[in-house]
This record gives sequence, C-alpha cells and structure tokens, in this order.
Amino acid sequence: MTLVDFNLPVVVLLPFLGALLATQAARFNRLAAAGTAAVITILALILLLPALPLPFAGQTLIQRWEWVPSLGLEFAFRLDGLGLLFALLILVIGLLVIIYARYYLSPQDSMGRFFAFLLSFMGSMLGIVLSENLIQLVIFWELTSLSSFLLISYWYTRSDARQGARMALTITGMGGLALFGGVLILGHIVGSFNLTEVLAASSLIHASPWYTPMLVLILLGAFTKSAQFPFHFWLPHAMAAPTPVSAYLHSATMVKAGIFLLVRLFPVLSGTPEWHWLVGTAGMLTLLLGAFTALFKHDIKGLLAYSTISHLGLITLLLGIGSPLAVVAALFHIINHATFKASLFMVAGIVDHETGTRDMRRVNGLMKYMPQVGILAIIASAAMAGVPLLNGFLSKEMFFDQTVSVSAISPLAWVIPVLATLAGVFSVAYSARFVHDIFFNGEPINLPKKPHEPPLYMKIPVGLLVLACIAVGVFPVYTIAGVLYVAIAGALQTTPPEYSLALWHGFSAPLLMSFIALVVGLIVYLIRKPLFAWYDRGLSQWDARIVYQALVNGLIHWAQSVTRRLDRGTFRNMLIWFFGVTLLAGVVGFWDEALLGTRELMPVDGITAMAIAGLILSSLLTVLKHRSRLISLVMLGVVGLVVSLGFAKFSAPDLALTQLSVEIVTVVLLMLALYFLPQYTHMLSSHKRHYQDIAWAMGLGFSAALLTLAVLTRDLQSISGYFLAHSKTGGGGTNVVNVILVDFRGFDTLGEIVVLALAGLGIVALLQGIKLYAPKRNAEGVPWSQESHPLILQVQARILFPMMLMVAIFIFLRGHNLPGGGFIAGLIAALAIVLQNLANGIVWTAARIRWDMHSVLAAGIGIATFTGLGAMLMHYPFLTSTFTYLKWPIVGKFEIASAMGFDTGVFLVVVGATVMILVQLGRLNYIETEDTGDLQPAKGSTP
Amino acid sequence: MSTELLIALSIGIMVSCGVYLILRPNTFPVVVGLTFLSYAVNVFLFAMGGLKVGMPPILDEKVTTYTDPLPQALVLTAIVISFGMTAFLIVLSLRARDNLNTDHIDGKIYLSNFTDNKLIEPTEGSSKDQPERVESTTTSQQDILK
Repeated sequence: MTLVDFNLPVVVLLPFLGALLATQAARFNRLAAAGTAAVITILALILLLPALPLPFAGQTLIQRWEWVPSLGLEFAFRLDGLGLLFALLILVIGLLVIIYARYYLSPQDSMGRFFAFLLSFMGSMLGIVLSENLIQLVIFWELTSLSSFLLISYWYTRSDARQGARMALTITGMGGLALFGGVLILGHIVGSFNLTEVLAASSLIHASPWYTPMLVLILLGAFTKSAQFPFHFWLPHAMAAPTPVSAYLHSATMVKAGIFLLVRLFPVLSGTPEWHWLVGTAGMLTLLLGAFTALFKHDIKGLLAYSTISHLGLITLLLGIGSPLAVVAALFHIINHATFKASLFMVAGIVDHETGTRDMRRVNGLMKYMPQVGILAIIASAAMAGVPLLNGFLSKEMFFDQTVSVSAISPLAWVIPVLATLAGVFSVAYSARFVHDIFFNGEPINLPKKPHEPPLYMKIPVGLLVLACIAVGVFPVYTIAGVLYVAIAGALQTTPPEYSLALWHGFSAPLLMSFIALVVGLIVYLIRKPLFAWYDRGLSQWDARIVYQALVNGLIHWAQSVTRRLDRGTFRNMLIWFFGVTLLAGVVGFWDEALLGTRELMPVDGITAMAIAGLILSSLLTVLKHRSRLISLVMLGVVGLVVSLGFAKFSAPDLALTQLSVEIVTVVLLMLALYFLPQYTHMLSSHKRHYQDIAWAMGLGFSAALLTLAVLTRDLQSISGYFLAHSKTGGGGTNVVNVILVDFRGFDTLGEIVVLALAGLGIVALLQGIKLYAPKRNAEGVPWSQESHPLILQVQARILFPMMLMVAIFIFLRGHNLPGGGFIAGLIAALAIVLQNLANGIVWTAARIRWDMHSVLAAGIGIATFTGLGAMLMHYPFLTSTFTYLKWPIVGKFEIASAMGFDTGVFLVVVGATVMILVQLGRLNYIETEDTGDLQPAKGSTP
Repeated sequence: MSTELLIALSIGIMVSCGVYLILRPNTFPVVVGLTFLSYAVNVFLFAMGGLKVGMPPILDEKVTTYTDPLPQALVLTAIVISFGMTAFLIVLSLRARDNLNTDHIDGKIYLSNFTDNKLIEPTEGSSKDQPERVESTTTSQQDILK
C-alpha cells in the first residue's frame, strides 16, 4: 500500500483533526494555535505531493471505500487536474491567510476558536473539490456553509456579524438543499452518484425529461454559494467577518465552491439552451451589478465585496457561454482572481488594522505612512483592473475575446461585448478608486489611530500574492501554464482546445475593449463626485436585502400566526390536538373497511378473566385515587404486575421477566420523586373541563379497544418465519427474541441502549444544582419516621446481594437460548444495587460499590460498538455475529457467540443507566438535608 | 366473550386511564398517565403477534409452532426505553418544580394552594433548623415504603 492509495481522505480529514488540535494548543499558548494551523496546512500539502504527478500524466486518481452501498453512498475521493488546481489554491492561500491572521487578530480574540473554524472550513472545501461521490460532495458543501457561518460570526458579540452570518447561512443553506435535490435527480438519471460515471453520461443526462428541474436545482446551489444575482446580497454582509476570513472565503474558497461545481459538472450539464440562458444571464447581471455597485461603496471591504461579486459573475458568464475556450478563460480567471483578491483583502485588513477605520472618505493619503503596502496594493489593483503585464489582463483579454466570438451567433448578441466592456469600465473605475482614495487623495481625516507600516509578516503574504500576479502576468507560460492545462483537461474531461497565453495577440477587438475600459474607467473615476451624489439620491436605497428581509419577516409572522392558532401554550391544548388527529386517523382508516375480521377466537378461561378483572379494577383505582399519590402508585404497580403475568400467559417469558423487573424499578423511582412533589392538587378551571377530559378518555379508550379487536380478529401475516428459521443456524441461539435483539436487529438495539444511556446522562444533568425543599411532615401533618435504615432490611439486603447478582449472571448466560438476556439481567443486577442503596443508604453503598456508573455506561456502549466493529475488521457488515462451540472439562460442551459480547454491552448500559438514575434521585435527599457538607464519601457509617 | 375481547377491553381501559391522567394539571399524575399509556401500547404491540398460549419462541426440536417473536423483541426494548422515558420525565418535573416553584404542568402557580401546605421556604435552610432536617428527611425513603 503506497501513499497514493489513501492520501486524499487524509488530506481532507487532516484539517478537521487540526481544528481539534488548534483548540487544545490555544490553551497553552494562543500563538501555538496559529502554528498548529500552519503546520497542518503544510502537512496536507506534503501529503498531496505524491499524487501530484498523476494528473500531469493524464491520470485521474480515485480512492474509494464502501460506505452505504445500498444508498449509492461511497467514501470516494478523486484527484484530477481540476481538483488539483482547487486543492492547491485552498491550501496555499489558506497558508498565507493563516500567517496573516496570526498578526491580524488582537490579543482579545480567541486564536483557538479562529483557527479551529478556519481549519474545519479548509477541510470542508478540500472535501468538496476532492470528492468523487456526489452525495459526499454535498455533505462537505453543507459543512462549508456551517463552518463559514461560524467564521463570519466570529465576533459574535457584534450584531452585524451575527446578522451577516445568519443571512449567509440561510441563503447558502437553502441553496445546499436545492443542490442536494438536484444531485439526487442527477444520480437517479445516471444510476450512480460517482463522478466517473456521471461525467461519462452526458447524452443520457441531456436526453432525460428530468434535465431541466435537475439543472435548476443544481444551479440554485451553485448560484447561492457563488453569490450570483439575485442571491448576491449575502456576500457584502458577510464582510462583518474578520478580514483574514474575508480574504479566504471570498477569494479562493467559499464563493468559488459554486463556480467549482459549475465547472465540475460542465461536461454533462452544459451545451443546452437552458444552460446558456440561465448561467449566462445570471453571470451577466451579476457582473454588471457588482462592478457598478462596487464603485459607490465607501467601505473598503464593501468595494471589494461587490468587486468579488462582479468577478464571480464574469466567471459564470464565461461558463454560460459554454465553449471550451470560455472554460479556459474561466479557469484562468479563477486563479488570477484568487491571487489579486486575496492580496487586496489583506491590504484592506492592514489599513483597517493600522488606521482603525475602513471608510474611504476618511482614509486618504496613506502612501506617505505605509509606502510598501501602497505599492503592493497598486499592483494588485492594477491586476484587478486588467492592466497589461499583470495576470488579470490576460484572463480579461480572454474574456473579451469570448464575448466577441459569441456576439456572432445572433443579431442581438452584439450587446454582450458591449456590456462586458461596460463592466470593464466600472472595474477600472473602482480599482482606481481603491488606490487613489486610500493611498493618495490628500491627507487622512480624523483617523482613530496614527497609521504606520504593519508588521513584516502581515506584508509577506500580500507580497507573495502580488509576486504571483506579476509572475503570471509576465511569464504565463513558465508559471501557470502547466497547472492550468491539467485543470482544463480535468474540467472538460477531454484534451484541452488550442489556446495561447501570449501577452501580445496583435491589434484585435479584445485589446481595443481593454483600452476603452481603461480610458473610460479612469474618466468615470474622475467624474465620481457627481456620480456619487446621483447614486446617493436614489439608487442607494435599492438593495436586494430589503426583499430578503421582507420575505424572512413575512415567513416568521406567518409561522407565528399559525403556531398561535394551534398552540395556546398549554399542555392540554397540545394533547387535544394530538388526540383529535389520532381519532380522526382511525375513523378515516376504517371508513369503508369492515371493522372486525372473521378469525376464530380464543375461548376465555377463568384465570385470565380474573386477572383481567384485577387489571381493570386496579387501573380504575389508580385513576380514582390519583389524589392520594401513594395508593395510586401501588395500584399502578399492580397493573404492571398483571401485565407481566399476561406476557407470561401468552407465550412471552422474556417480556414477563422484563416487565416484572422494570415495574419494580419504576415504582421505586416514582416513590423517590413523589417525596419532592407537592401533595396538593391544582384546581381545574371548570367542571366543564373535567367532563371534557372524561369524554376524551372514554372516547380514546373505546377506540383503542376497537382497534385492538379489529387487529386481533383478522388473519395475521408475519415476517417472523425468517427469524424462526435462521435463529439457530444463523444466530446460534434458540431464544429467538434474544437472537433478534442481539443479532438480527442488533443495530436497533445499539440505538436503544444509546437512548437509555442518554436518558441517564440527561437525568444527571437535570439534577445538577437542583434545590428542592422537601416537607418535614406528610400531608396529614405527621412527621416522617425517625428510624434510620431498618435493621432487618439492612441485613436481608446484604445477604440477598450476592444471590441477586448470581441470578443476574445466570439469566444473562442462558439468555441466548432460554428466556433471559442482557436487558433482564441488567435490570436484576441494577435492582440488587438499588436495594443496597435503599436498605443501607447511599453513602454506605457508594463506599462499597466504587464503580462510577458513568464509566459503566461508557464501557457498555463501547463494548457493544466494538463487538460490531470487530465484525467489520473481518470484512463483514457492522454487528455480524458468529458463534462456535467450546469444550471445557467438567462444564462440557457449550456455545459461545460473539453476540454475547454485544449482550454484555447491553447489560452494562442497563445497569449503569438504571443505577445512575435511581441513585442520583435518591442522593437529592442527602444533598438537600445535609447542605452537602456531610456528603463526603462516608467511612462506612450510615448518616 | 373471547380472550381477544378481554385483551381489547383491558387495553381500552388502560388507554382511558392514561388519557385521563395525562390531562390532569399536576405533573405527577401526568407521568403516571404516560406509564399507563406505555403499558397499553406495549400490550397492543405485543398483541399484534396474535395471542398464543404455551408456544414461547424458544426453539425446540419437538415443537413445530411458535408464537411470533418479532413483536416480543420490539416490546422488550420498548419496556426498557419507556422506563428511561418515565425516569426522564419525572426528573424533568422535579426540575420544573425547582425552577418554577410549582408542579403545575403549565408552570402556573396557584398561590392559594400554597398556604394549605407546610412547605419549607428556601430561607429555612439555615443552621438552627439543620439537626431536625437531617433526622427527618434521611429516613424518608423507608418511610414512604412502609
């Protein structure tokens, strides 16, 4: 096994591990968190290295493991040129952002939290770009939404941060849902969720009647993520995040995820009129809107946010054009945009950091104070504006070229290059504003801080990125050509078309468009003052956010009014809804059905009749005496006992045993609790209500009886023949109920013991710090007995203890073949311990039974799970059981099943949860009466 | 008259009792009512397998017919889980009593009822009261059990 057999999932999961490490590292030293993050990122890069040559050799690396094959879910990763390009962008820019953030965050900010979020975001992004399975891709997609929510709301005390994060999560989350739907349809069409098969099924997908809905859903996912019109408005609000986050999310990662998805599925989705229209229109509108609005934003990050939107629109438009060369331009621009936009965000952060504001009406003339930053910013902005000799120029030329070539397809298409040039004009204008307003344009106005050069390490990431802009811009063939080529091959899934990265293509239409954009852009910037005034008078009010807010508010109001109508805030009201709907379901279900079947019935015998009479009588007594709680409780116990007798009578010995032991535990539990509950009964609001209650009770009881009769009088069809036939041969036990629990349906049982354990833990949590004031006297005013633990009970309980445990073990061991098993044995063992607590006191018992029940619970779930995982080690499905026969001297031949291990887990969880619940409740007495001071582990004495 | 009818009748009665009790305004009867309902549901589920006498699902070479084991397996875990749920609910009601100072299911406080009962007020946890409190309440569990 070499590294390229499994390195991709490691690369993806490593940052998540790093997130945990970063939080731990931050406890020792806040800077250690940054170090951890950087080391993890470098490690991920190194791990990716061995796979690097493969895409260049024209191979696609796929690593897959089975996950849930029946759902088409595989744990599968893929590295081709496209994935490689994005993975490198994510990791390299991530590394620079980490270095930058180390110096950007102030001492008050929690470094551990920041880097943990950043790393989990990085891992989620890597998961998207390296996934082979589409469902897995969607899972990582959702993870980016969640982790970006956490990053945007990093300064969670600020309301704009919280709002921005919520908005981003709402929009991208809804998009994620749509995407999931789209991917499910796509998988349904192709018959596989693996990209390899999907990408090969282009004609099948285009021919499918589901093509259009699928396309729309997937585009919704991509557009919301990549902030395309009309979902663009979350992006400017996400600027409330710390600037390193913006630099990362809005240059190379989050917003590029949508673009990535479009490129990834380009070979199979594109080439139809629907694609051209939807993608092209959204891209064009976004491009124009973003470029136009960016000019008018006074906040530096606001300007960059809208500029990001416009560049995303540009890339989307290129994909919408849909020719192979347009994809080349799109991919090239993705790289270029990531480099210059990340560096510009970092500059914005430096300015904010050093001056205390980001308002361009106040931040002026910084060239004097931070010339180095100024020069870097000028170069990066020039790249953004598309000035020759920088990388932005090259991809923008390609873009213009594509718009020109597409204008030939129809008489009206001439608008496309015109609009593209217009967007270029604004792009030049806002780039000029970024440079001129911040670094020149007079003196700074009333800054909170006196600006100066930032720390060296804040400038190094910017410097490296700017260097990349120049290197790519001047020597594209020697720098970016290789990676770009394989990325294009990966995106198109075929040999890339002919294209040229040369700087000079002669005098052509694109060059003319670039020239017009530069000149007119500068003119627009020169006349900015009247433009700003014009914008402020009207257009500034137009914001898609308002529509969003109105929609959200409307939804909330509607939900509230519905809720108010249904839920009056009383328990009774909710119950009545529930009862009513249940009754209705029964009536509708039996509407045109004969109520009773025709099966032959069982005659009544005397004992059964008497037992049922007893059950009915004690049930009624429980209700009639419900004000005298103790009597009511005893009657409840009687009902439970009769039920367990009934189980015994009707061939269910396991149930009888379980019910019997649970009954005892329940009654003890309710008695312990009863002590703390007031003795009075609340008055009902009216007699009418009382009659209503009785009517509901009778109605529902009658319906339940009818329903039971309806089932019992019909013929039964059961699937249990399978269980009966295979219990011995497959599960190695003759007690079919137990074999079902620990073998056939072992996974369900695992879930159930987890629920039980959670109930126990929940109870412990609920009882934390509770202060209950118990009465000194009972309801009649008689003081409680003075006698401590009665001697006879004490002695008997101690004698009984080993015997009860022996019975428990006996019941446990025979469980696989005869009535018994982990559940019942666990309850009996728990009862043995509870009895000690009752008879001898909690402190006395705690000194002797020293196991912490939390550990018992954990051990139980652990053993049950590991028994299941053991099967997986042998390459069987989770929880497959096996059995064999052993021969021991004296004991003879007996059977041992791996299910026994699982049942041990069940046993431990039942013991742990039951004892924990009862002891915690019993402990309240001590806490309350002794002010906790005396509740030291007692030295063998009863308190 | 048949056994099926009797079982149906007892399920009906248990449902009635359960429903009536969970409509009470105090928390304790509600918990008892839910216990009732879980009995009823468990018996109902169990009865889905049909009522058979003397045919436990324990495999034996001499026996050819068994009762349906599947509902039994379902009900077995349901019994244990409903114990967990009852325990959780009763503790929840204790917590509610502590936080809201009432055991009304909707958290309402009827002050007039308070004076009828000699509730120990929070301030009484002071030192002069302590000896008596220790004696009186540590014995409470046994006392209730008597």
